[in-house]
Amino acid sequence: MAITDSSTGQPSLAAQATGVEIAGTSPLKRRSARPLPLIGKVVLWLVLIAFGLLFLYPFAWLLAASLKPRGEVFDNALIPHTLQPSNYATVWDQLPLLSWLGNSLVIAVLAAGLVTLSSSLVAFGFAYFRFPGRKILFGLVLATMMLPGAVTLVPQYLIWKNLGLVGTWIPLFGMNLFGSAFYIFLQRQFLLGLPRELFEAARIDGASYLGLFRRIVMPLSLPSFIIIFLFEFQASWNNLQGALVYLNGGSPSNFTVPLGISYAMTTFSPTNGGHGDYQYVMVASLLVTLPMLLLFAVGQRYFIEGIATQGRKG
Amino acid sequence: MGRPRPEGADVTTAQAQAPVGTDPERLELLQRRAKRFNRREAVAGFLFISPWIVGFLVFTIGAMLYSLVISFTHYNLATGIMRPAGASNYANLLSDPNVALSLGNTLFYAVLAVPLEIVFALFLAMVLNRVGRGAAVFRTLFYLPKMTPAVATASVFLLLLNGNTGAINTALGFLGIQGPQWLIDPAWVKPSIVLMTLWGVSGTMVIFLAALKNVPKDLYEVAQLDGAGPVRRFFSITIPMISPTIFFNVIVLTIAALQVFDQAYLLFWRDQGSSAPEASLFYGVYLFQEAFRTFNFGFAAAMAWLLFVIILLITLVQTRVGNRFVYYEAENS
Repeated sequence: MAITDSSTGQPSLAAQATGVEIAGTSPLKRRSARPLPLIGKVVLWLVLIAFGLLFLYPFAWLLAASLKPRGEVFDNALIPHTLQPSNYATVWDQLPLLSWLGNSLVIAVLAAGLVTLSSSLVAFGFAYFRFPGRKILFGLVLATMMLPGAVTLVPQYLIWKNLGLVGTWIPLFGMNLFGSAFYIFLQRQFLLGLPRELFEAARIDGASYLGLFRRIVMPLSLPSFIIIFLFEFQASWNNLQGALVYLNGGSPSNFTVPLGISYAMTTFSPTNGGHGDYQYVMVASLLVTLPMLLLFAVGQRYFIEGIATQGRKG
Repeated sequence: MGRPRPEGADVTTAQAQAPVGTDPERLELLQRRAKRFNRREAVAGFLFISPWIVGFLVFTIGAMLYSLVISFTHYNLATGIMRPAGASNYANLLSDPNVALSLGNTLFYAVLAVPLEIVFALFLAMVLNRVGRGAAVFRTLFYLPKMTPAVATASVFLLLLNGNTGAINTALGFLGIQGPQWLIDPAWVKPSIVLMTLWGVSGTMVIFLAALKNVPKDLYEVAQLDGAGPVRRFFSITIPMISPTIFFNVIVLTIAALQVFDQAYLLFWRDQGSSAPEASLFYGVYLFQEAFRTFNFGFAAAMAWLLFVIILLITLVQTRVGNRFVYYEAENS
């Protein structure tokens, strides 16, 4: 992939910071130039609704199954014949669900907070300062985005092992101290959209470089900070492989959400001497999905904007 | 660079401190001061990017070199002792049938998944783009699976895909189709995972949607005046104009597909036995097992390097092919 020093203007975030219309939400309102004939419109809406239902179905199934008694989980009825809300109490008693949610929350907040701060510092370094080798180094940042994670999995484990930190949560967020390529890219794009005069004026007023970061970058970057934080929060919440590598074998109460659900799937599956109590797995799955849906409800436009930015990397 | 930096900005700052004089000594002093300012700026810049430099040296370059060394040893996790193994780990890549098996499974999965993801995501994006008002609601709806943790997706699809009583086969039954044993029949293992992946395709869809918004509308109007039908407009305008985005998505999705792990692990490899052990052994899963179940680190490191080279080669070929088709002018307009 050609690593271009992407100058494909993307002022939307910066524009947002300076109070101009938010690009992430407005394009949808732009109507197409060619009006569709009525029949076309009807077909279009039918297609949309059909796919909408298809996408929603697993959620409805999940919710229904979580409320069913054991024998009815597979009857595929979206309205349970027998309502058994006590599943929730049972799961709450049998699994350390609260610990998992708490552990994942702490790790995700640390991971997201650290990566937001470190990536922004690095991005400011690349966006504002002139130093020898800047272009090459930024090219390397972009190149690491293409590096498959599987390649560094084993040596990174051994590094943490040598530090005596396997079994702790630290490997699950420690690397976030050093910034992450995509977020550095995103934040740099954002900073390049800010008028340079802003920084020069503060310099003349005697602000230090760190002062520029504190007084200009941090307050103005709130939108991109939110994007980075939310993305990393979600990534951390979903991190199954990391938890398998660094926490597996420890006490279940030390697990994160993905490891916990994987554990629950095994515990309640019929192949493993369990009773096939899938309704409990459904309850647990539902409860760990809810925080993510809540996060999306609050920060939807930031997620969409962040994802759309990903496509502008190329 | 997004903003051209005014030439000689530093000198201007220096001038504010000491007005320009005509005598050469003063000028030299000024120049030196400007230079020192530059050096201070450079040092500060390096300080700001130093977290990334440290991380890159330790956790990327350092880790890769470390893994290269390990791949030529037998590593004993308990004692931390590395015995030199020569190239035997690499020789084992060839002799271990599971390497070829898992590689074949993974490539097959990628070839199946990536085109379907591209077509489905583009289709949804085009429908959303065409609807105008009301699209936001559906965009939100389509995005929900993307927010669902992989563990939750897997636990639901494990039941939906059940060959006897699962909802998918029940639905197929209504249509008079005898659904397959998704999670047992080796032929249907990859389609099962593809199905899960397609459910969460909305990230790609949003990227396409953003690209479609950027296609100038007047292009379509001119084409329509020239008598181009919808199919012609799609292939002659839409596809070329969003080709950089298609290219980007193909590369990113391919890299992701070659590393597929979560779904395969959760559906098949949580316990000791898999319901379809041969068909569901993906490269990422086998690498994980070799590293963290049998602690065969030397071999796992060699596997990782093989994967790295394969991904690099595939990306290079895709870039070569892509450069022939991608219409980059679109970005300049």
